[in-house]
Amino acid sequence: MSADFLLELRSEEIPARMQAKARADLARLFAEALQAAGLTTEGIETYSTPRRLVLIARGLPEATEAVSEELKGPRANAPEQALAGFLKKTGLSREQLEERDGVLFAKIEKPGRGASEVLAEAIESIVRNFPWPKSMRWGSGNLRWVRPLHGIVALLGEEIVPVEVDGVAAGAATVGHRFHHPGIITIGSCADYAEKLRACHVIVDHEEREAIIREGAAAAAKAAGLSLVEDEGLVVENAGLTENPVPLLGRFDPEFLDVPREVIVLTMRTNQKYFACTDDTGALAPAFICTANIDAKDGGEAIVEGNRRVLAARLSDARFFWEQDLKVPLEELLPKIDQMLFYEGMGSLRAKAERIAKLSKAICEKWFPERDPETAYRAGLLAKTDLASGMVGEFPELQGIMGGYYAERAGEKAGVVSALNQQYQQAVEGCIPVCVALADRIDTLASFFAKSIKPTGSKDPFALRRAALAIVQTILTNGTRLSLREAFGLAEAKADVNELMGFIADRLKVQQREAGVRHDLIDAVFALGGEDDLVRLLARVNALQGFVETGEGTNLLSGYKRAANILKKEQWDAAAAGGTDVPAEEQALVAALDAAEPKAKAAVEAEDFTAAMAALALLREPIDAFFDKVTVNDPHKETRARRLNLLARFRDAVHQVADFSKIEG
Amino acid sequence: MNALVRLWRFGQSRCNADNGEYLVPLSFQDLILTLHHYWSERGCLIVQPYDMEMGAGTFHPATVLRALGPDAWKAAYVQPCRRPTDGRYGENPNRLGHYYQYQVVLKPSPADLQQLYLGSLDAIGIDPLKHDIRFVEDDWESPTLGAWGLGWEVWCDGMEVTQFTYFQQVGGFECKPVTGELTYGLERLAMYIQGKDNVFDLAFNNEGVTYGDVFMDNEQQMSAWNFETANTDALFDLFKKAAAEAENCLTAKLPIPAYEQAIKASHIFNTLQARGVISVAERQAYIGRVRDLAKGACGAWMDAKGYAA
Repeated sequence: MSADFLLELRSEEIPARMQAKARADLARLFAEALQAAGLTTEGIETYSTPRRLVLIARGLPEATEAVSEELKGPRANAPEQALAGFLKKTGLSREQLEERDGVLFAKIEKPGRGASEVLAEAIESIVRNFPWPKSMRWGSGNLRWVRPLHGIVALLGEEIVPVEVDGVAAGAATVGHRFHHPGIITIGSCADYAEKLRACHVIVDHEEREAIIREGAAAAAKAAGLSLVEDEGLVVENAGLTENPVPLLGRFDPEFLDVPREVIVLTMRTNQKYFACTDDTGALAPAFICTANIDAKDGGEAIVEGNRRVLAARLSDARFFWEQDLKVPLEELLPKIDQMLFYEGMGSLRAKAERIAKLSKAICEKWFPERDPETAYRAGLLAKTDLASGMVGEFPELQGIMGGYYAERAGEKAGVVSALNQQYQQAVEGCIPVCVALADRIDTLASFFAKSIKPTGSKDPFALRRAALAIVQTILTNGTRLSLREAFGLAEAKADVNELMGFIADRLKVQQREAGVRHDLIDAVFALGGEDDLVRLLARVNALQGFVETGEGTNLLSGYKRAANILKKEQWDAAAAGGTDVPAEEQALVAALDAAEPKAKAAVEAEDFTAAMAALALLREPIDAFFDKVTVNDPHKETRARRLNLLARFRDAVHQVADFSKIEG
Repeated sequence: MNALVRLWRFGQSRCNADNGEYLVPLSFQDLILTLHHYWSERGCLIVQPYDMEMGAGTFHPATVLRALGPDAWKAAYVQPCRRPTDGRYGENPNRLGHYYQYQVVLKPSPADLQQLYLGSLDAIGIDPLKHDIRFVEDDWESPTLGAWGLGWEVWCDGMEVTQFTYFQQVGGFECKPVTGELTYGLERLAMYIQGKDNVFDLAFNNEGVTYGDVFMDNEQQMSAWNFETANTDALFDLFKKAAAEAENCLTAKLPIPAYEQAIKASHIFNTLQARGVISVAERQAYIGRVRDLAKGACGAWMDAKGYAA
């Protein structure tokens, strides 16, 4: 007969952010323990509330299978010591051994172990070794758990699994909701567990609580004629903070709506864990939705009122910062950011801003000639000033966004406002924002690389990979045409540009992998050396990928590799050639190259890389025929030289588009 | 709390004889007295505030030093706290440069510490079936004391009213057994139960005296001193002298005087911060200096009491 197993580990409140991993760890550790003991299960489920971590394992057998194994021992005539050692190891006597062909064998019967015994061991080991991100001791004990552990329910079928960990004994008793039903509940088996707790105001299944919050919050907003601003992170967090979630809508004073929306939403979200609502125009509504943990006597009136007052205090604080900040134009914050260090040896934030401004202006002049370079300069100069504002001091996440608001209020140009607002995004849009975002990241990369501070392995404390990726994404999103080498050359810090380009190429490969672009093809185009315009580079790569994945491309690639291998083996550099014996296939290849070379060249110049590939495709048949019929290694020295020169010419023609030697396959 | 006890304590005009509900919310001073009664009845020593300037109730030796070593300890007290940078000249309804914490320490932390705490909320008139009480993760760390612990901030209808911590280390030493620490923000709690949006409007007593009547002058003048007037040269000098005196006491194996000098240095540092004369780079060095002194005092206390580290 198989039985289901229930485990509840009840503690003081488990941090919401740790619950998902704790469920996964519990399932994994339990499965490993069963497997090690040879106990099977039909399935493991896990649940969590702030006060419980729960596991249900279905269909456990009563015991593990009995195992009989045979151990080979010493020969029957072996010395006494050898026999004694074997008897000690097996725990048997001489009479119990079996002799076959002069060798002794021990038959060891391992009886099946009761499931309950296996489970008791598993529970103790799991509790003692649980990988909480942070754990603690309490009282006078030595046990560690995320917060004090108070109870263990362990029921196999309807039987208690007898186990005790540091004074916490397993049983059938648990408690209900902290306030609605603080008393003891006795659980019969896993069959009545969830329902008994539900009757005591505890919803064990976190997904059910999440659904209640998600739907309840949406319904509360709708009932007030508003729409919920959906936020799945908040749903999960609130489900991790409640056993009996009750979404409640409250309102705040509309006067606070003068404060930027991002500030209000951030305060509500991070400080209070409230959902925001919008009205039918999509504007932020003066309302919030909190998630209570009780069915309040008064329907939640006092709870909503209390939360409203807390929010009002927070929003007053935020409005205070907003109003104070508006009194000081961003420009006047420059002396303040001069007191803030960017990085040891790289100057203050003001010095950084001045470098951004100059570089942003230079980028604008060179690659956006139709735009006003002074706007690019101004945007760069003001970019970091909001870091000295009161609001960003209070809410660092709002850097840039606040700068945009303050610039707008100060009557700065739209390009400046947009550049400030977007500067920390991975891909900004618009010319001036592009100038500033690129200038900022180029300066950062050049400054750190010039000091030989680079990411290693998983360590990237200054987020330089992220900066490089932002360059890639900003350029590709906007189709910005610029020479990155030249742009790095304009930076004040002088770093090795080849190294920086390699660093950018690595980010490009990672970024393009998701789009299905082959990294070897990116290498093949980068290997040409001159290509540092990422837009053109990707167009080349895409055309190349389209080509090499056709039959024609594959054949040309193998022809190329054969030619390249011969040339490499010969370490061929070109030599005087001659001879009169020119077979038809050789003539045909010469003719094909004469035709293909100018076509490919023109197409590359026109940036029509598909046409360039088509021109190369013309070489496919002649090169195949050449290898088929013509012997390169001709006994006549001059003929041989002529043919090797021809192969070199073929290789170089292909290199106009990409370095095919980097292509895999 | 029992309805009869409340009735006996506050009379029929202030609480309902049938269910003990407060008809008039507790004044600031009655809030303190009620907590004193509650924790006194649960075996705590009611010790008095420490007579030195400090930034938090935790700094009181009744918490820091008593959290060390194996001896059981239960105490509760009010501690005035000074945070010069939080002063707002009395103009902000929620911020004060000087306020009160109610501190409870229980060692070893009892298994029913959460229940005991919730009982204290009930005693001051917070009904957990009407108000949403929540334990929200908040780990505590004091770099100046070399101390840390795990616990929560306790929310009442979204307002943080208490810091609840299980000490794991103090002065760099493992806490064995563990001390449970409850720190109530008295002004916030009073604002909550009295329904006041401005701390200066709190009823201090039941005779019409407000918190502002008692403390407005103090906030105004202390803000002006902390932010504008304090003689920073003298303060830098005082910091050095306090630190040197702490070293002197450590050499003389006098942990309590050494600890007092460390607290003194810590407060002078806070005042210098408010005056804006300590740079970001220097800040860590000052904190490190105070931490070394506090750790030294904790170690000397362990030695003096014969506790094994």
